[in-house]
Amino acid sequence: MYSSIIKKVLMALSGIFLMVFLLQHLAINLTSLFPDDGNTFNKISHFMGYNPLVQFVLQPILIFGVFFHFIMGFVLEYQNRKARISKYIYHKTRSSWVSKNMILSGLVILAFLALHFYDFWIPEMDYKYINFKQPDSLKYFHELQEKFYGQTTRTTIYCISFILLGLHLNHGLSSSFQSVGISNKKEKNLQRLAIIYSFIISFGFSFIAIYHYFVH
Amino acid sequence: MDLQLKIWRQKNKLNKGEIKNYSIKNIEPDMSFLEMLDILNQGLISSGEEPVAFDHDCREGICGACSLVINGAPHGPDKGTTTCQLHMRRFNDGDTIYIEPFRGNSFPVIKDLVVDRSAFDRIQQAGGYVSVNTSGNTVDANATPIPKPDADKAFEAAACIGCGACVAACKNSSAMLFVGAKVSQYAHLPQGKVEAKERVTNMVKQMDKEGFGNCTNTGACEAHCPKEISVENIANLNREYLLSKIK
Ligand code: HEM
Ligand code: SF4
Ligand code: FES
Repeated sequence: MYSSIIKKVLMALSGIFLMVFLLQHLAINLTSLFPDDGNTFNKISHFMGYNPLVQFVLQPILIFGVFFHFIMGFVLEYQNRKARISKYIYHKTRSSWVSKNMILSGLVILAFLALHFYDFWIPEMDYKYINFKQPDSLKYFHELQEKFYGQTTRTTIYCISFILLGLHLNHGLSSSFQSVGISNKKEKNLQRLAIIYSFIISFGFSFIAIYHYFVH
Repeated sequence: MDLQLKIWRQKNKLNKGEIKNYSIKNIEPDMSFLEMLDILNQGLISSGEEPVAFDHDCREGICGACSLVINGAPHGPDKGTTTCQLHMRRFNDGDTIYIEPFRGNSFPVIKDLVVDRSAFDRIQQAGGYVSVNTSGNTVDANATPIPKPDADKAFEAAACIGCGACVAACKNSSAMLFVGAKVSQYAHLPQGKVEAKERVTNMVKQMDKEGFGNCTNTGACEAHCPKEISVENIANLNREYLLSKIK
Protein backbone atom coordinates (compact mmCIF):
# COMPACT_ATOMS: atom_id res chain seq x y z
CA MET A 1 0.00 0.00 0.00
CA TYR A 2 1.17 3.53 -0.70
CA SER A 3 2.60 5.58 2.16
CA SER A 4 0.55 8.41 3.62
CA ILE A 5 2.80 10.93 1.90
CA ILE A 6 2.43 9.37 -1.55
CA LYS A 7 -1.34 9.29 -1.10
CA LYS A 8 -1.33 12.98 -0.29
CA VAL A 9 0.87 13.75 -3.28
CA LEU A 10 -1.53 11.90 -5.58
CA MET A 11 -4.41 13.75 -3.97
CA ALA A 12 -2.65 17.05 -4.62
CA LEU A 13 -1.70 16.23 -8.21
CA SER A 14 -5.19 15.03 -9.13
CA GLY A 15 -6.61 18.16 -7.48
CA ILE A 16 -4.26 20.45 -9.38
CA PHE A 17 -5.13 18.67 -12.62
CA LEU A 18 -8.83 19.33 -11.94
CA MET A 19 -8.01 22.94 -11.18
CA VAL A 20 -6.40 23.42 -14.57
CA PHE A 21 -9.48 21.91 -16.15
CA LEU A 22 -11.70 24.32 -14.23
CA LEU A 23 -9.77 27.31 -15.56
CA GLN A 24 -10.27 26.07 -19.09
CA HIS A 25 -13.97 25.43 -18.43
CA LEU A 26 -14.38 28.94 -17.01
CA ALA A 27 -12.59 30.52 -19.95
CA ILE A 28 -14.97 28.84 -22.40
CA ASN A 29 -18.06 29.74 -20.37
CA LEU A 30 -16.99 33.36 -20.21
CA THR A 31 -17.40 33.54 -23.98
CA SER A 32 -21.13 33.08 -23.41
CA LEU A 33 -21.10 36.65 -22.10
CA PHE A 34 -19.87 38.06 -25.42
CA PRO A 35 -22.46 40.30 -27.09
CA ASP A 36 -22.58 38.13 -30.23
CA ASP A 37 -25.70 36.05 -29.54
CA GLY A 38 -23.59 33.16 -28.32
CA ASN A 39 -21.68 32.78 -31.57
CA THR A 40 -18.21 32.32 -30.08
CA PHE A 41 -19.59 30.15 -27.29
CA ASN A 42 -21.36 27.90 -29.79
CA LYS A 43 -18.26 27.56 -31.95
CA ILE A 44 -15.98 26.54 -29.08
CA SER A 45 -18.59 24.23 -27.54
CA HIS A 46 -19.13 22.54 -30.87
CA PHE A 47 -15.37 22.09 -31.28
CA MET A 48 -15.09 20.56 -27.80
CA GLY A 49 -18.07 18.34 -28.41
CA TYR A 50 -16.88 16.85 -31.69
CA ASN A 51 -13.10 16.93 -31.55
CA PRO A 52 -11.98 13.30 -31.20
CA LEU A 53 -8.95 14.25 -29.11
CA VAL A 54 -11.15 16.09 -26.61
CA GLN A 55 -13.93 13.49 -26.65
CA PHE A 56 -11.96 10.28 -26.55
CA VAL A 57 -8.69 11.22 -24.86
CA LEU A 58 -9.11 14.29 -22.66
CA GLN A 59 -12.64 13.53 -21.49
CA PRO A 60 -11.86 10.00 -20.22
CA ILE A 61 -8.74 11.32 -18.47
CA LEU A 62 -10.82 14.02 -16.83
CA ILE A 63 -13.46 11.57 -15.68
CA PHE A 64 -10.76 9.28 -14.32
CA GLY A 65 -9.22 12.28 -12.53
CA VAL A 66 -12.50 13.18 -10.85
CA PHE A 67 -13.14 9.60 -9.71
CA PHE A 68 -9.56 9.14 -8.57
CA HIS A 69 -9.67 12.37 -6.57
CA PHE A 70 -12.88 11.80 -4.66
CA ILE A 71 -12.27 8.11 -4.06
CA MET A 72 -8.82 8.94 -2.67
CA GLY A 73 -10.51 11.66 -0.62
CA PHE A 74 -12.83 9.05 0.89
CA VAL A 75 -9.92 6.68 1.57
CA LEU A 76 -7.96 9.42 3.39
CA GLU A 77 -11.03 10.55 5.31
CA TYR A 78 -11.76 6.95 6.37
CA GLN A 79 -8.18 6.41 7.56
CA ASN A 80 -8.12 9.74 9.34
CA ARG A 81 -11.33 9.02 11.23
CA LYS A 82 -10.10 5.56 12.12
CA ALA A 83 -6.92 7.03 13.64
CA ARG A 84 -8.89 8.34 16.64
CA ILE A 85 -11.58 5.94 17.77
CA SER A 86 -12.08 7.37 21.22
CA LYS A 87 -13.20 10.92 20.53
CA TYR A 88 -12.68 14.05 22.59
CA ILE A 89 -15.57 15.23 24.74
CA TYR A 90 -14.44 18.75 23.99
CA HIS A 91 -11.97 19.59 21.18
CA LYS A 92 -11.52 23.15 20.01
CA THR A 93 -8.33 23.69 18.02
CA ARG A 94 -6.95 26.74 16.30
CA SER A 95 -7.47 25.84 12.63
CA SER A 96 -9.86 26.96 9.92
CA TRP A 97 -13.29 25.41 9.40
CA VAL A 98 -12.64 24.88 5.69
CA SER A 99 -9.42 22.95 6.24
CA LYS A 100 -11.17 20.66 8.72
CA ASN A 101 -14.18 20.03 6.48
CA MET A 102 -12.71 19.26 3.07
CA ILE A 103 -14.83 16.11 2.92
CA LEU A 104 -17.97 18.19 3.44
CA SER A 105 -17.20 20.76 0.75
CA GLY A 106 -16.05 17.83 -1.42
CA LEU A 107 -19.36 16.02 -0.96
CA VAL A 108 -21.26 19.17 -1.94
CA ILE A 109 -19.12 19.39 -5.08
CA LEU A 110 -19.84 15.73 -5.80
CA ALA A 111 -23.60 16.27 -5.44
CA PHE A 112 -23.29 19.34 -7.64
CA LEU A 113 -21.41 17.33 -10.27
CA ALA A 114 -24.26 14.82 -10.34
CA LEU A 115 -26.72 17.65 -10.99
CA HIS A 116 -24.44 19.29 -13.52
CA PHE A 117 -24.03 16.03 -15.45
CA TYR A 118 -27.78 15.52 -15.36
CA ASP A 119 -28.29 19.05 -16.70
CA PHE A 120 -25.73 19.13 -19.50
CA TRP A 121 -23.62 16.04 -19.97
CA ILE A 122 -26.29 13.32 -20.09
CA PRO A 123 -28.48 15.22 -22.60
CA GLU A 124 -25.36 15.74 -24.71
CA MET A 125 -24.38 12.06 -24.62
CA ASP A 126 -27.98 11.13 -25.36
CA TYR A 127 -28.01 13.52 -28.32
CA LYS A 128 -24.74 12.34 -29.80
CA TYR A 129 -24.23 8.72 -28.95
CA ILE A 130 -27.68 7.29 -28.26
CA ASN A 131 -29.99 9.08 -30.65
CA PHE A 132 -27.24 9.83 -33.18
CA LYS A 133 -28.74 13.20 -33.99
CA GLN A 134 -27.09 15.48 -36.53
CA PRO A 135 -24.51 17.86 -35.09
CA ASP A 136 -26.16 21.22 -34.38
CA SER A 137 -23.56 23.88 -33.81
CA LEU A 138 -26.13 26.42 -32.62
CA LYS A 139 -27.81 24.53 -29.81
CA TYR A 140 -25.30 25.14 -26.99
CA PHE A 141 -26.11 28.76 -26.23
CA HIS A 142 -29.86 28.06 -26.30
CA GLU A 143 -29.45 25.21 -23.87
CA LEU A 144 -27.52 27.43 -21.51
CA GLN A 145 -30.20 30.13 -21.61
CA GLU A 146 -32.97 27.58 -21.21
CA LYS A 147 -31.32 26.15 -18.09
CA PHE A 148 -30.73 29.48 -16.37
CA TYR A 149 -33.05 32.21 -17.62
CA GLY A 150 -35.55 32.82 -14.78
CA GLN A 151 -34.66 29.44 -13.23
CA THR A 152 -34.33 30.47 -9.59
CA THR A 153 -33.82 27.04 -8.01
CA ARG A 154 -31.11 25.89 -10.38
CA THR A 155 -29.27 29.21 -10.32
CA THR A 156 -29.33 29.26 -6.51
CA ILE A 157 -28.06 25.68 -6.20
CA TYR A 158 -25.29 26.39 -8.69
CA CYS A 159 -24.17 29.54 -6.88
CA ILE A 160 -24.14 27.90 -3.44
CA SER A 161 -22.09 25.05 -4.91
CA PHE A 162 -19.66 27.54 -6.44
CA ILE A 163 -19.10 29.12 -3.02
CA LEU A 164 -18.27 25.74 -1.48
CA LEU A 165 -16.16 24.89 -4.50
CA GLY A 166 -14.23 28.11 -3.93
CA LEU A 167 -13.62 27.23 -0.29
CA HIS A 168 -12.52 23.71 -1.23
CA LEU A 169 -10.17 25.09 -3.86
CA ASN A 170 -8.72 27.72 -1.59
CA HIS A 171 -7.61 25.26 1.04
CA GLY A 172 -6.98 22.58 -1.59
CA LEU A 173 -4.53 24.63 -3.61
CA SER A 174 -2.56 25.99 -0.70
CA SER A 175 -2.52 22.53 0.90
CA SER A 176 -1.40 20.83 -2.29
CA PHE A 177 1.75 22.95 -2.35
CA GLN A 178 2.60 21.64 1.11
CA SER A 179 1.82 18.09 0.00
CA VAL A 180 4.27 18.20 -2.89
CA GLY A 181 6.96 19.71 -0.69
CA ILE A 182 6.74 23.44 -1.32
CA SER A 183 6.16 25.31 1.90
CA ASN A 184 3.14 27.59 1.61
CA LYS A 185 4.28 29.23 4.80
CA LYS A 186 7.65 30.32 3.52
CA GLU A 187 6.22 31.28 0.13
CA LYS A 188 3.41 33.59 1.21
CA ASN A 189 2.59 34.29 -2.43
CA LEU A 190 1.32 30.73 -2.80
CA GLN A 191 -1.45 31.42 -0.30
CA ARG A 192 -2.30 34.59 -2.17
CA LEU A 193 -2.37 32.61 -5.41
CA ALA A 194 -4.81 30.13 -3.84
CA ILE A 195 -7.09 32.96 -2.72
CA ILE A 196 -7.00 34.65 -6.12
CA TYR A 197 -7.54 31.40 -8.02
CA SER A 198 -10.45 30.23 -5.88
CA PHE A 199 -12.06 33.66 -6.01
CA ILE A 200 -11.82 33.79 -9.81
CA ILE A 201 -13.39 30.33 -10.15
CA SER A 202 -16.11 30.87 -7.58
CA PHE A 203 -17.02 34.40 -8.65
CA GLY A 204 -16.57 33.73 -12.37
CA PHE A 205 -18.95 30.75 -12.58
CA SER A 206 -21.48 32.42 -10.26
CA PHE A 207 -21.45 35.57 -12.36
CA ILE A 208 -22.12 33.60 -15.55
CA ALA A 209 -25.04 31.74 -13.97
CA ILE A 210 -26.55 34.94 -12.56
CA TYR A 211 -26.04 36.79 -15.85
CA HIS A 212 -28.00 34.19 -17.79
CA TYR A 213 -30.63 34.14 -15.06
CA PHE A 214 -31.41 37.80 -15.79
CA VAL A 215 -30.43 38.27 -19.43
CA HIS A 216 -31.94 36.48 -22.41
CA MET B 1 -10.49 31.20 43.04
CA ASP B 2 -12.99 28.35 42.96
CA LEU B 3 -13.25 26.07 39.95
CA GLN B 4 -15.31 23.23 38.52
CA LEU B 5 -13.12 20.55 36.95
CA LYS B 6 -14.37 17.97 34.47
CA ILE B 7 -11.63 15.36 34.36
CA TRP B 8 -11.33 12.20 32.27
CA ARG B 9 -10.96 9.21 34.60
CA GLN B 10 -10.02 5.83 33.20
CA LYS B 11 -8.77 2.92 35.35
CA ASN B 12 -6.58 1.31 32.69
CA LYS B 13 -6.09 0.70 28.99
CA LEU B 14 -9.05 -1.65 28.69
CA ASN B 15 -11.48 0.33 30.84
CA LYS B 16 -13.92 2.63 29.09
CA GLY B 17 -13.40 5.81 31.07
CA GLU B 18 -15.64 8.83 31.64
CA ILE B 19 -15.67 12.48 32.64
CA LYS B 20 -15.95 13.07 36.41
CA ASN B 21 -16.78 16.35 38.12
CA TYR B 22 -14.65 17.88 40.87
CA SER B 23 -14.96 21.19 42.73
CA ILE B 24 -11.80 22.83 43.94
CA LYS B 25 -11.55 25.89 46.17
CA ASN B 26 -9.00 28.57 47.09
CA ILE B 27 -6.71 28.21 44.09
CA GLU B 28 -4.11 30.98 43.89
CA PRO B 29 -3.73 32.72 40.50
CA ASP B 30 0.05 32.32 40.76
CA MET B 31 -0.12 28.54 40.94
CA SER B 32 0.77 26.55 37.88
CA PHE B 33 -1.88 24.34 36.33
CA LEU B 34 -0.07 21.22 37.50
CA GLU B 35 0.16 22.58 41.05
CA MET B 36 -3.58 23.00 40.95
CA LEU B 37 -3.86 19.32 40.03
CA ASP B 38 -1.39 18.45 42.84
CA ILE B 39 -3.72 20.15 45.30
CA LEU B 40 -6.71 18.33 43.88
CA ASN B 41 -4.83 15.05 44.28
CA GLN B 42 -3.85 15.79 47.88
CA GLY B 43 -7.51 16.31 48.64
CA LEU B 44 -8.44 13.08 46.89
CA ILE B 45 -5.77 11.11 48.72
CA SER B 46 -6.78 12.43 52.12
CA SER B 47 -10.39 11.48 51.47
CA GLY B 48 -9.26 7.98 50.49
CA GLU B 49 -9.89 8.37 46.78
CA GLU B 50 -7.64 7.46 43.86
CA PRO B 51 -5.60 10.53 42.75
CA VAL B 52 -5.76 11.68 39.12
CA ALA B 53 -2.82 10.29 37.15
CA PHE B 54 -1.09 12.79 34.85
CA ASP B 55 2.35 13.00 33.21
CA HIS B 56 4.97 15.59 34.23
CA ASP B 57 8.67 15.79 34.83
CA CYS B 58 10.76 18.94 34.39
CA ARG B 59 7.90 21.42 34.91
CA GLU B 60 9.92 24.00 33.06
CA GLY B 61 8.83 23.38 29.50
CA ILE B 62 11.77 21.39 28.21
CA CYS B 63 11.17 17.67 28.67
CA GLY B 64 7.92 17.06 26.80
CA ALA B 65 6.43 14.87 29.51
CA CYS B 66 3.41 16.97 30.42
CA SER B 67 0.39 16.70 28.18
CA LEU B 68 -3.38 17.30 28.79
CA VAL B 69 -6.07 18.72 26.58
CA ILE B 70 -7.41 21.70 28.51
CA ASN B 71 -10.77 23.09 27.41
CA GLY B 72 -10.32 21.41 24.05
CA ALA B 73 -6.78 22.68 23.45
CA PRO B 74 -3.62 20.57 23.83
CA HIS B 75 -1.37 22.30 26.41
CA GLY B 76 -4.19 24.73 27.14
CA PRO B 77 -5.14 28.20 25.95
CA ASP B 78 -1.72 29.89 25.61
CA LYS B 79 0.30 29.75 22.42
CA GLY B 80 3.82 28.37 22.64
CA THR B 81 3.35 27.14 26.20
CA THR B 82 3.52 23.69 27.74
CA THR B 83 0.90 22.63 30.28
CA CYS B 84 3.49 22.80 33.04
CA GLN B 85 4.09 26.48 32.27
CA LEU B 86 0.43 27.40 32.22
CA HIS B 87 -0.70 29.43 35.21
CA MET B 88 -4.02 29.65 36.94
CA ARG B 89 -4.22 33.41 36.41
CA ARG B 90 -5.25 32.46 32.88
CA PHE B 91 -8.59 31.32 34.34
CA ASN B 92 -11.36 33.11 36.19
CA ASP B 93 -13.12 32.40 39.44
CA GLY B 94 -16.04 30.05 38.82
CA ASP B 95 -14.70 28.67 35.53
CA THR B 96 -15.42 25.14 34.39
CA ILE B 97 -12.32 23.43 32.99
CA TYR B 98 -12.36 20.27 30.88
CA ILE B 99 -9.23 18.15 31.24
CA GLU B 100 -8.77 15.23 28.85
CA PRO B 101 -5.86 13.07 27.78
CA PHE B 102 -4.14 13.46 24.38
CA ARG B 103 -6.22 11.22 22.15
CA GLY B 104 -5.38 9.07 19.15
CA ASN B 105 -5.23 5.31 18.64
CA SER B 106 -1.45 5.53 18.51
CA PHE B 107 -1.46 7.18 21.97
CA PRO B 108 -3.52 4.71 24.04
CA VAL B 109 -4.59 5.87 27.50
CA ILE B 110 -2.68 4.04 30.23
CA LYS B 111 -4.54 5.60 33.14
CA ASP B 112 -6.66 8.76 33.51
CA LEU B 113 -4.70 11.48 31.72
CA VAL B 114 -1.54 9.47 31.07
CA VAL B 115 -1.11 8.18 27.53
CA ASP B 116 1.47 5.86 26.01
CA ARG B 117 3.60 7.92 23.62
CA SER B 118 6.13 5.18 22.91
CA ALA B 119 5.04 5.27 19.24
CA PHE B 120 7.19 8.43 19.02
CA ASP B 121 10.17 6.56 20.47
CA ARG B 122 9.79 3.85 17.86
CA ILE B 123 9.66 6.45 15.08
CA GLN B 124 12.84 8.03 16.46
CA GLN B 125 14.54 4.65 16.68
CA ALA B 126 13.66 4.00 13.04
CA GLY B 127 15.94 6.79 11.85
CA GLY B 128 16.01 9.90 14.03
CA TYR B 129 19.75 9.81 14.61
CA VAL B 130 23.13 10.19 12.94
CA SER B 131 25.60 7.33 13.18
CA VAL B 132 28.93 8.47 14.59
CA ASN B 133 32.09 6.47 14.95
CA THR B 134 33.01 6.86 18.62
CA SER B 135 36.09 4.64 18.68
CA GLY B 136 38.59 7.33 19.56
CA ASN B 137 38.56 9.33 16.34
CA THR B 138 35.42 11.42 16.85
CA VAL B 139 35.37 14.78 15.14
CA ASP B 140 34.07 17.80 16.99
CA ALA B 141 30.74 18.71 15.36
CA ASN B 142 31.76 22.36 15.50
CA ALA B 143 34.71 21.62 13.23
CA THR B 144 32.30 21.27 10.30
CA PRO B 145 31.38 24.71 8.95
CA ILE B 146 27.61 25.15 8.55
CA PRO B 147 25.95 28.21 6.98
CA LYS B 148 24.07 30.21 9.59
CA PRO B 149 20.62 29.94 7.90
CA ASP B 150 20.92 26.14 7.78
CA ALA B 151 22.10 25.96 11.36
CA ASP B 152 19.16 28.14 12.43
CA LYS B 153 16.64 25.97 10.59
CA ALA B 154 18.09 22.80 12.07
CA PHE B 155 18.03 24.38 15.50
CA GLU B 156 14.43 25.52 15.18
CA ALA B 157 13.37 22.00 14.18
CA ALA B 158 15.42 20.49 16.99
CA ALA B 159 13.43 22.52 19.51
CA CYS B 160 10.69 19.87 19.27
CA ILE B 161 10.36 18.21 22.69
CA GLY B 162 8.40 15.23 21.39
CA CYS B 163 5.35 15.96 23.54
CA GLY B 164 2.76 14.79 21.00
CA ALA B 165 0.50 17.85 21.17
CA CYS B 166 0.60 18.00 17.38
CA VAL B 167 -1.07 14.59 17.23
CA ALA B 168 -3.54 15.57 19.93
CA ALA B 169 -4.49 18.76 18.10
CA CYS B 170 -4.83 17.24 14.63
CA LYS B 171 -8.29 16.09 13.63
CA ASN B 172 -6.58 13.17 11.88
CA SER B 173 -4.16 12.37 14.73
CA SER B 174 -1.36 12.94 12.26
CA ALA B 175 2.24 12.90 13.47
CA MET B 176 3.60 14.80 10.48
CA LEU B 177 4.78 17.82 12.46
CA PHE B 178 6.79 15.71 14.89
CA VAL B 179 8.28 13.56 12.12
CA GLY B 180 8.81 16.66 9.99
CA ALA B 181 10.77 18.29 12.80
CA LYS B 182 12.83 15.18 13.49
CA VAL B 183 13.68 14.70 9.82
CA SER B 184 14.38 18.40 9.19
CA GLN B 185 16.72 18.85 12.12
CA TYR B 186 19.16 16.54 10.31
CA ALA B 187 18.22 17.33 6.72
CA HIS B 188 19.67 20.84 7.05
CA LEU B 189 23.03 19.64 8.35
CA PRO B 190 25.90 18.00 6.46
CA GLN B 191 26.13 15.32 9.16
CA GLY B 192 22.55 14.34 8.44
CA LYS B 193 22.93 14.05 4.68
CA VAL B 194 24.72 10.68 4.76
CA GLU B 195 21.74 8.73 6.08
CA ALA B 196 19.06 11.08 4.76
CA LYS B 197 17.38 8.61 2.45
CA GLU B 198 17.11 5.74 4.93
CA ARG B 199 16.08 8.14 7.66
CA VAL B 200 13.08 9.61 5.90
CA THR B 201 12.00 6.29 4.41
CA ASN B 202 12.15 4.41 7.68
CA MET B 203 10.66 7.11 9.87
CA VAL B 204 7.67 7.59 7.55
CA LYS B 205 7.22 3.83 7.31
CA GLN B 206 7.17 3.55 11.09
CA MET B 207 4.85 6.54 11.38
CA ASP B 208 2.33 4.87 9.06
CA LYS B 209 2.73 1.54 10.83
CA GLU B 210 1.88 3.13 14.17
CA GLY B 211 -1.49 4.16 12.74
CA PHE B 212 -1.23 7.96 12.78
CA GLY B 213 -3.55 9.70 10.30
CA ASN B 214 -2.67 11.56 7.10
CA CYS B 215 -1.95 15.28 6.96
CA THR B 216 -4.73 17.57 5.70
CA ASN B 217 -2.62 20.69 6.33
CA THR B 218 -5.13 22.21 8.75
CA GLY B 219 -2.26 23.77 10.70
CA ALA B 220 -3.71 22.83 14.10
CA CYS B 221 -0.40 21.11 14.97
CA GLU B 222 1.67 24.27 14.64
CA ALA B 223 -0.97 26.36 16.41
CA HIS B 224 -0.82 24.10 19.49
CA CYS B 225 2.84 23.14 19.44
CA PRO B 226 4.42 24.47 22.65
CA LYS B 227 7.65 25.04 20.72
CA GLU B 228 5.83 26.60 17.76
CA ILE B 229 7.46 24.21 15.30
CA SER B 230 6.55 25.48 11.83
CA VAL B 231 4.51 23.47 9.30
CA GLU B 232 7.32 24.37 6.93
CA ASN B 233 8.89 21.24 8.37
CA ILE B 234 6.01 19.18 6.98
CA ALA B 235 6.63 20.52 3.47
CA ASN B 236 10.27 19.76 4.08
CA LEU B 237 9.45 16.19 5.12
CA ASN B 238 7.33 15.70 1.99
CA ARG B 239 10.13 17.07 -0.17
CA GLU B 240 12.78 14.87 1.48
CA TYR B 241 10.51 11.86 1.07
CA LEU B 242 9.80 12.51 -2.61
CA LEU B 243 13.46 13.20 -3.37
CA SER B 244 14.42 9.96 -1.65
CA LYS B 245 12.10 8.10 -4.04
CA ILE B 246 13.62 9.74 -7.10
CA LYS B 247 17.28 9.66 -6.15
C1 HEM C 1 -15.80 15.39 -6.57
C2 HEM C 1 -15.90 15.80 -5.34
C3 HEM C 1 -14.70 16.06 -4.48
C4 HEM C 1 -14.46 15.44 -3.30
C5 HEM C 1 -15.32 14.40 -2.63
C6 HEM C 1 -13.21 15.98 -2.81
C7 HEM C 1 -12.64 15.61 -1.62
C8 HEM C 1 -11.46 16.10 -1.13
C9 HEM C 1 -10.93 15.81 0.17
C10 HEM C 1 -11.58 14.95 1.23
C11 HEM C 1 -9.75 16.46 0.28
C12 HEM C 1 -8.85 16.49 1.49
C13 HEM C 1 -7.91 15.36 1.48
C14 HEM C 1 -6.97 15.48 2.63
O1 HEM C 1 -6.16 16.40 2.65
O2 HEM C 1 -7.04 14.67 3.56
C15 HEM C 1 -9.52 17.15 -0.94
C16 HEM C 1 -8.41 17.89 -1.23
C17 HEM C 1 -8.22 18.58 -2.39
N1 HEM C 1 -9.15 18.75 -3.41
FE1 HEM C 1 -10.92 17.82 -3.55
N2 HEM C 1 -12.71 16.88 -3.68
C18 HEM C 1 -13.59 16.98 -4.72
C19 HEM C 1 -13.49 17.78 -5.81
C20 HEM C 1 -12.40 18.57 -6.09
C21 HEM C 1 -12.27 19.37 -7.28
C22 HEM C 1 -13.32 19.50 -8.38
C23 HEM C 1 -11.03 19.93 -7.20
C24 HEM C 1 -10.33 20.84 -8.16
C25 HEM C 1 -10.82 21.33 -9.22
C26 HEM C 1 -10.41 19.53 -5.98
C27 HEM C 1 -9.14 19.90 -5.56
C28 HEM C 1 -8.54 19.50 -4.39
C29 HEM C 1 -7.19 19.78 -3.99
C30 HEM C 1 -6.15 20.54 -4.78
C31 HEM C 1 -7.00 19.21 -2.73
C32 HEM C 1 -5.76 19.31 -1.87
C33 HEM C 1 -4.90 18.11 -1.87
C34 HEM C 1 -3.87 18.23 -0.75
O3 HEM C 1 -4.21 18.62 0.36
O4 HEM C 1 -2.72 17.93 -0.99
N3 HEM C 1 -11.26 18.70 -5.31
N4 HEM C 1 -10.59 16.92 -1.80
S1 SF4 D 1 6.21 19.20 16.97
FE1 SF4 D 1 5.61 20.44 18.75
S2 SF4 D 1 3.67 19.51 19.43
FE2 SF4 D 1 4.67 18.01 18.10
S3 SF4 D 1 5.88 16.71 19.46
FE3 SF4 D 1 7.27 18.36 18.78
S4 SF4 D 1 7.08 19.93 20.37
FE4 SF4 D 1 5.33 18.57 20.68
S1 FES E 1 6.81 18.76 32.47
FE1 FES E 1 8.57 18.91 31.16
S2 FES E 1 7.74 20.07 29.52
FE2 FES E 1 6.11 20.11 30.92
